[in-house]
Amino acid sequence: MLKIEGLTAEIDGKQILKGIDLKVPTGEIHAIMGPNGSGKSTLSYVLSGREGYEITGGSVTFGGLDLLAMAPEERAAAGLFLAFQYPVELPGVGNAMFLRTALNAIRKGRGESEMDAMQFLKMARERLKALQISEDMLKRGVNVGFSGGEKKRNEVLQMALLQPKLAILDETDSGLDIDALKIVSDGVNALRGPGFSALVITHYQRLLDYIVPDRVHVLMNGRIVQSGGPELAKQLEETGYASVQAAA
Amino acid sequence: MTALPTGAAGFLHRFDGLRARLPGARLPWIQALREQAADAFRAQGFPTRRVEAWKYTDLRQVADAGFEEALSVVDSAPALPPAHGSARVVFVDGRSRPDLSTLDGVAYGIESLAAALEAQEGRLGSLARPLEQPMVALNTMLFEDGLVVTVPAGVAGGVLDLVSLGTASERPEAFHPRHLIRLEAGASLTLIETATGPDGARYLHNPVFEIEIGFGATLTHARIQQEAPRAFQLATVYARVEKGGTYDNFTLNAGGKLVRNEIHTLLAGPAATCHMNGAQLLRDGQHADTTTVLDHAAPDCASRQTYKTVLMGKSRGVFQGRIHVHQVAQRTDGYQMNQALLLSPEAEIDSKPQLEIYADDVKCSHGATVGQIDADQLFYLRARGITEARARSMLVEAFLTEAVEGVQDETARAALGAAVTGWWDGQEATA
Repeated sequence: MLKIEGLTAEIDGKQILKGIDLKVPTGEIHAIMGPNGSGKSTLSYVLSGREGYEITGGSVTFGGLDLLAMAPEERAAAGLFLAFQYPVELPGVGNAMFLRTALNAIRKGRGESEMDAMQFLKMARERLKALQISEDMLKRGVNVGFSGGEKKRNEVLQMALLQPKLAILDETDSGLDIDALKIVSDGVNALRGPGFSALVITHYQRLLDYIVPDRVHVLMNGRIVQSGGPELAKQLEETGYASVQAAA
Repeated sequence: MTALPTGAAGFLHRFDGLRARLPGARLPWIQALREQAADAFRAQGFPTRRVEAWKYTDLRQVADAGFEEALSVVDSAPALPPAHGSARVVFVDGRSRPDLSTLDGVAYGIESLAAALEAQEGRLGSLARPLEQPMVALNTMLFEDGLVVTVPAGVAGGVLDLVSLGTASERPEAFHPRHLIRLEAGASLTLIETATGPDGARYLHNPVFEIEIGFGATLTHARIQQEAPRAFQLATVYARVEKGGTYDNFTLNAGGKLVRNEIHTLLAGPAATCHMNGAQLLRDGQHADTTTVLDHAAPDCASRQTYKTVLMGKSRGVFQGRIHVHQVAQRTDGYQMNQALLLSPEAEIDSKPQLEIYADDVKCSHGATVGQIDADQLFYLRARGITEARARSMLVEAFLTEAVEGVQDETARAALGAAVTGWWDGQEATA
């Protein structure tokens, strides 16, 4: 599904990614763990097409497409979804209108018909219920006045509606209490299946108790320095990143 | 055909020719008002940018145009903007057109100023200050008609549409309506004003409003300025709000070549409230100026001002907001915000807040932001599959929607919202 080869990228002349090699096969969930400043968020932004990063080398293919040559909206239409670490507030943009516009943009990309307001509302209500989000959130401005937990749940709601092929979850666990963490994890696990892959980026092992990954990769100083099964996350929790650094 | 005299001289010349035929020419008090105003206008002329209050708005293109008086009413059925209620008064080139107006079931007084002039002694001119404001002097010197509304105590007046149409003619025309609005104790009214004209029309619309809001009365005043692309509108509003009264003004500047929306509000009684909000939507070549002068002259009053400007192409926006908190105005709660969204590197916005506070127990804040479309917001939308063009459009619309959402009256809010959306959709269609 996702193939990253020798990816290097810099921001403001400073090299952050120093040669990333990573493959996420279809249907698998991979975790990327690493300390602050290791390049985790940069990787998620580079993959989703945020401006301001200069790709200096390497390639990324997504379902056979040259991902780096695509605009952010084209990547989304092709089935890539980034759950933001810091979801952006959009005052004046109603959440329901936003969600429906996004859904219809993606559906259009997939060659599906647009949903009208009634069809959308019916679908959204079901998803809201599963994520224990109050319907009131649809009426508010996107993320405006939402608590940290509500913002993250709104991200997962979007993911549940847009049904991506590959989701990148950028520290979705940060700022969540244990109940919210379970709800969010359930939302991700519900999508698990042969057509869904995910890249779960996190600092802590905690999230991986709920979203159990197929593979765990350790990102340090812009490189993947170690890969392994889910047990690697547990090991990191016990020994810390310093031990990996020493081994690398 | 000889060239018309331009500038102040042109208007004074016309006043000399017309003074015996203007409405009220036989009423000494009107005569005195007009002569005084003419003297003031003769002495000051059109304001220049050397005058502080006009520092950012250059009236030379208005002064340089030779204006005719509007010709006598042509009997035609001009296209009217959408009605928002059952009552509507229509003015064409500043003159009332009863044939186009509907006043069925109106439970308060509505007259045309031309017809009711004699009875306005002491009321007309009670708030306007022609000696200080040259454009108001010009209006006082040459006004022919206007709207006189009196809502009696306790009467809920509902929605009244005030429509001003400019018409196309070979030479630019000028009209100077004077509108008198009075709400007695506990009365309410929603006045929705739409000023517009056909594409080719060149005219100067120079209205003056004198608004009196009595004890506990509420006036919602939505001004939808959609003048013809080559027209000028220089409007001056004076409002006086008594104890517990509310003045809710929202001005949408969307049309015209050069426009100024100047509002003077006096919070004269305790616990009075005023909202002066607005949006300016400017395309290439347009200039719009909003100038507010707010006097907190009584204790426990609250004021809220939020103005938003969207600028495209080589357009220019101005916001000047002066708040004067008098010594007696303890526990004043004042808020002023001016926000601009620049969609073009050639656009310019000038913002000048001015606070003068003489009371010691006061909560007053003001702020100004100037920016472009937020890159993070844009990326967030695009990361959800929304095209860049659509995402930009959504963010501009959101910026504008926020301005309108503060309007309390539902009908006025819907009318303004529709005007904003219509403007932006029209922009999108031509982009």
